[in-house]
Amino acid sequence: MSNNVMVLCEHVGKRVTDSTYELIGKARELAGAFGGQVEVALFGPADLAEQLGGADVVVNVDDPSLAEYVPECYERALMHVLGEREPRLLLLANATIGLDLGAAISVSWQAPLAAYCVGLAAEGDTLVATCQILGGKIMAEVETEGTKAVATVVGGAFPTEPGQGSGSPEVVTVSVPDLGSVRMSLTQTFEAQGGDVDITSVDMLVSVGRGIGSQDNLETVEELATSLGVPLSASRPVIDSGWLPKSRQVGKSGLKVKPRAYLAFGISGAPEHLEGMRSAELIIACNTDEQAPIFEIAHYGTTVDLFDLVPAIVERVQG
Amino acid sequence: MRIVVPMKAVPDLVEEIELTSDGSGIDREYLKFVLNEWDDQALEEALLVKEAGDAEVIAVGLDSDPDIEQALYAALAKGADKAVKLTGAGEAPDTHARAEMLAGWLGDQGADLVITGVQSPDDLDGQLPPALGARMGLPHVSVVTSIEAGADAGTVRVRQEFSGGRSTELSVTLPAVVGLQAARQSPRYAPISRIRQMMQAGGIEEAPLSPASGTSGLRVRRMYAPESTGHAEMLTGSPDEVAAKIVELLSARGLVKG
Ligand SMILES: Cc1cc2nc3c(=O)[nH]c(=O)nc-3n(C[C@H](O)[C@H](O)[C@H](O)COP(=O)(O)OP(=O)(O)OC[C@H]3O[C@@H](n4cnc5c(N)ncnc54)[C@H](O)[C@@H]3O)c2cc1C
Repeated sequence: MSNNVMVLCEHVGKRVTDSTYELIGKARELAGAFGGQVEVALFGPADLAEQLGGADVVVNVDDPSLAEYVPECYERALMHVLGEREPRLLLLANATIGLDLGAAISVSWQAPLAAYCVGLAAEGDTLVATCQILGGKIMAEVETEGTKAVATVVGGAFPTEPGQGSGSPEVVTVSVPDLGSVRMSLTQTFEAQGGDVDITSVDMLVSVGRGIGSQDNLETVEELATSLGVPLSASRPVIDSGWLPKSRQVGKSGLKVKPRAYLAFGISGAPEHLEGMRSAELIIACNTDEQAPIFEIAHYGTTVDLFDLVPAIVERVQG
Repeated sequence: MRIVVPMKAVPDLVEEIELTSDGSGIDREYLKFVLNEWDDQALEEALLVKEAGDAEVIAVGLDSDPDIEQALYAALAKGADKAVKLTGAGEAPDTHARAEMLAGWLGDQGADLVITGVQSPDDLDGQLPPALGARMGLPHVSVVTSIEAGADAGTVRVRQEFSGGRSTELSVTLPAVVGLQAARQSPRYAPISRIRQMMQAGGIEEAPLSPASGTSGLRVRRMYAPESTGHAEMLTGSPDEVAAKIVELLSARGLVKG
């Protein structure tokens, strides 16, 4: 067992993701407190180690079966690396890979898992995690028992800068046992589809959530968007219902937007939504539930019913 | 093909969430419980797989979950072939305990595919699908948005989604566990009359679980509502007054011609 903190590197198209830097930054702090080093597990070509200057050690597994993300290949490789390196703590981003592997690693590696972390601290030997649950309505402060743990971390919870050091980490190469027996294979990759408008490059967005109730009701907010001359964006359930195209989705599995103003109607403010819009310059939220988490990050809020408020704004704007 | 859909009842997030007086957990007594929305998506995808070919869909729930019968009857009304309430689950089991108990029961069920929600709002110790996959030693894939018959017998094609709208298609050998994000279409609606019929027919079977022996290894120190450091400034008044303030905020930034 070591006191090291390990981060699983995520990369897309030869670029290490921001969420990886967020984890490395936090790992630096925690490894300092535990008296260990920051290790980054890098699957795929070793040349990406150049982008991992924030690590002390890069543990590289360069196997053809790891060139793209295939859940079972990654899981086996990660279990192998954990067995070899025995870190104190494994950090995963709470995105697809973390949702895929976190709890499986917890079961197989026999280490507790704290999910949806927005805070992590070392108190002596104890790891204390602050987790955001129940759609962001409740925070849970938990201790992990034992001498190893896994944490999955919400995107944007920690800054990227502390993880973007310019050191030259030692690269340790690990080979994994045969991955030929895995029971899944990648057959196709689909890039994100572009839409009619690019919601990431506009000044203002009118954004709508499940509170709109039905597709027919969309007309109300559409009218507002038109009168303001801005596009309509939405939370995931509106997209999943097929009411608006995927290119209009804001959030974790949609797009990250940073407009000068973001007007949210009938959106609760689940962590996955906030991930995509929290850095908008001005956030105005309309939600009839005064406890809705969206009000924690909005600059202005109102509990007026959206069906009363939206027409009133339209009337003013059209003057 | 035999598909099992484990379902969970979770606190309704529309309601106010109360904490126990010692702050160590949520007070379940007066909470309204509803079916985890991602389990509803999982059931829908299972029914779509059934409709596309030859499959049997079995919805299962744990007796620890308040009002789980409601979800099981609704599943039957929507077209599940069988609904099973698993008994002896104890009080509010966490994900690790659920995975252990479900794996025990699933052991001799001969399921080809286990489809369940990608996450639930209260799974503090992690998500069920990977925990179950690891417990059962089965391949598992999460954040899935479609499941279809594979090119080879005994396989399925699943679509896995990533941030920013990228996705991949994987061919997965059965038996397997899938964590569903969103079904190919919105979950169907079961008319109340049909749910009532199912209740009258009393079609839920029961089966005992072996209690879980392991723990998640998490110790909750406290739970609390997020501290309102950056709470929004609330705009009050009539809809018209609030609208006026919003337009003012926008025109001050030159975003509308005031
Ligand atoms: C892996 C993963 C990725 C995800 N990615 C995304 C993502 O990219 N983007 C995303 O948005 N979500 C994403 N989600 C889903 C997310 O967890 C939430 O389920 C979703 O954001 C909820 O959308 P909502 O706020 O519109 O709906 P709800 O949470 O149902 O909220 C609706 C709100 O409307 C309010 N309301 C109802 N009626 C009215 C009215 N008349 N006037 C005003 N307010 C009203 C209610 O009070 C409620 O707060 C993801 C989930 C997972 C598991």
